[in-house]
Amino acid sequence: MSLVLATSTALLFSLGTWLVLQRRLTRLIIGIGLLSHGANLLLLLSGRRRGIAPFIGSIGGERVADPMPQALALTAIVISFGITAFLLALAYRSWQLTGDDLVEDDVEDRRIAARTQALADDQVEDQRLLAAAEAEAEAEAGRIGVGEDL
Amino acid sequence: MRIWLPLPVVLPLLAAGLSMAAARHRGVQRVIGIVTLSVTTVASIAILVHADQHGPAAAFIGGWSAPVGIALVADRLTGLMLVAASPVLLAVLVFAIGQPGTEREQPAFHPVYLVLAAGIGLSFLTGDLFNMFVAFEMMLTASYVLITIGGRADQVRTGMTYVVINLIASILFVSVVGLLYSATGTVNMADLAGRMGALPEGVRLAFALLLFVIFGIKAAVFPLFFWLPDSYPSAPTAVTAVFAGLLTKVGVYCLIRTQTLIVAPVDRPAGFILAIAGLTMVVGVLGAIAQNDIKRILSFHIVSQVGYMILGLGLFTVAGIGAAILYVLNQIVLKSTLLLTAGMVDHNAGSSRLSEIGGLARRFPIVGWLFLLPALSLAGVPPFSGFVAKLSVVEAGFGSDAWLVVGAALVVSVLTLYSVTKIWGGAFWGQVEVVSVPTDPVTARFGGTVPMLAATTALVAASLVFAVLAGSLLDLCQRAAAELLDPSAYIRAVLR
Repeated sequence: MSLVLATSTALLFSLGTWLVLQRRLTRLIIGIGLLSHGANLLLLLSGRRRGIAPFIGSIGGERVADPMPQALALTAIVISFGITAFLLALAYRSWQLTGDDLVEDDVEDRRIAARTQALADDQVEDQRLLAAAEAEAEAEAGRIGVGEDL
Repeated sequence: MRIWLPLPVVLPLLAAGLSMAAARHRGVQRVIGIVTLSVTTVASIAILVHADQHGPAAAFIGGWSAPVGIALVADRLTGLMLVAASPVLLAVLVFAIGQPGTEREQPAFHPVYLVLAAGIGLSFLTGDLFNMFVAFEMMLTASYVLITIGGRADQVRTGMTYVVINLIASILFVSVVGLLYSATGTVNMADLAGRMGALPEGVRLAFALLLFVIFGIKAAVFPLFFWLPDSYPSAPTAVTAVFAGLLTKVGVYCLIRTQTLIVAPVDRPAGFILAIAGLTMVVGVLGAIAQNDIKRILSFHIVSQVGYMILGLGLFTVAGIGAAILYVLNQIVLKSTLLLTAGMVDHNAGSSRLSEIGGLARRFPIVGWLFLLPALSLAGVPPFSGFVAKLSVVEAGFGSDAWLVVGAALVVSVLTLYSVTKIWGGAFWGQVEVVSVPTDPVTARFGGTVPMLAATTALVAASLVFAVLAGSLLDLCQRAAAELLDPSAYIRAVLR
């Protein structure tokens, strides 16, 4: 039994890691979900005693399972449930705003990419033109308002 | 004392519920928030005074005693962190109330902010590793909401990175708690301290490093800091200020706590921590120099300054850890103040990009001063508090013959001064380019509403008082450090 659980934990962790590295938000969220399932199983597995369910009043000298990891796993499950709901809402908002569910590039990354591109093409010798290229990349990102208050 | 201990957690949580019920009445929400955080501040001071005079105190929630029950423990370090955090939370709340924007438009702001306060309080107080995870989740979930509040495009983009990186850190955290439980049979930190010795050496080292990585992500150490400068600036000003002041410092606190309590002296990866500290300082400050936006510059400074704290920790001496604690306390106040003034710049000039603004010192001298004093302190210019903190870290480093990393620290402080002058030159000197014309007469004259100015001035005053009291504070921090390096009193208080 423990071997099955251990293998599933490993499987969940590896699949989760693979999905988290994807660029689509939906896959990423499923990946996070799998990873937290893996962590929850790991918590359950960390119990050091096996036996019957540890309910108060139902134990008559029999060997009971370690209740501590079960309590921990229960807490972790509730937390990951809440967080997944929040992530889904965030991904939905992202889809509303951009019409896509790809993880977007960082503004700074785009600026640096534009700069290297411009330098490599050797089209821009003038600093002002360079700045214009950067500003264009930024406008493309459509996020000039970084740091602006609501 | 046992009655006081849970207050910094329970009060804000109850108040968050009340605040949620009063979602339609902003005035009631404000009163609830301010009263709660004021009482929390008083409770924090009581906890610190008690911990300093009578040693560590423990309270057990639900009446189950340790190691099974949930323990709240307060030693000097906990008390100091609480005393630094609570007033900053209060000041930032006052600032948020005074600032047009988020607080006025979002009914969720107050309840979520109070949950954040409760989470921060619990992470300082908990004596149990799993409960620390729960505290982190409380704090982080609140921060996820605060960083994306309003749902603007750039907030959603950067918020996603922030949420995902923190989730991965949390999953790793739970996994480590599970592994620790299966290895030792306990998650209570005081109990773990006694049981770690029975494990094989390699396993102990693995746990030390795993704990470092988990809290290293939260504390934004090199190379795990990349999420911070991207996500913090997109949140509303007050939120960025409280994140900058407190969230990474909670990570640093947990690093200090776990590396001293759970990890046995022989297993401490001191050299590794020192190397990470040096890289964090250097890479952080180089990032700051390359930026053009005030908030982004300051966000890179957060990373760079965390390096100094880790440096103090990595020495594992009373002087080193004492200096690290002093540094954390100082940064909590300084970073919040600087980001609040950055918010005022943004508010008045309509942008925080250095290339688009200028001349603010002439237009709003008060904002200029409120920025200049903490900025000089950040760079470590005497006689400000940052100088004292930096000096104590450097002295501790020399005391332990860590020449290389101390040299790096000195170079970094010069570079910090350079990038701070860059902000000063770009935003406060030069041509006056005020874009927005405020309608409020006080804002038009002084550069902020009364609560904004009052909150920032109070924090600047606190950092000046900090410099005056630095000697006795350093003594207190070193007593706290001595207690950390010899945790027998802490363990006795919990396990009795």
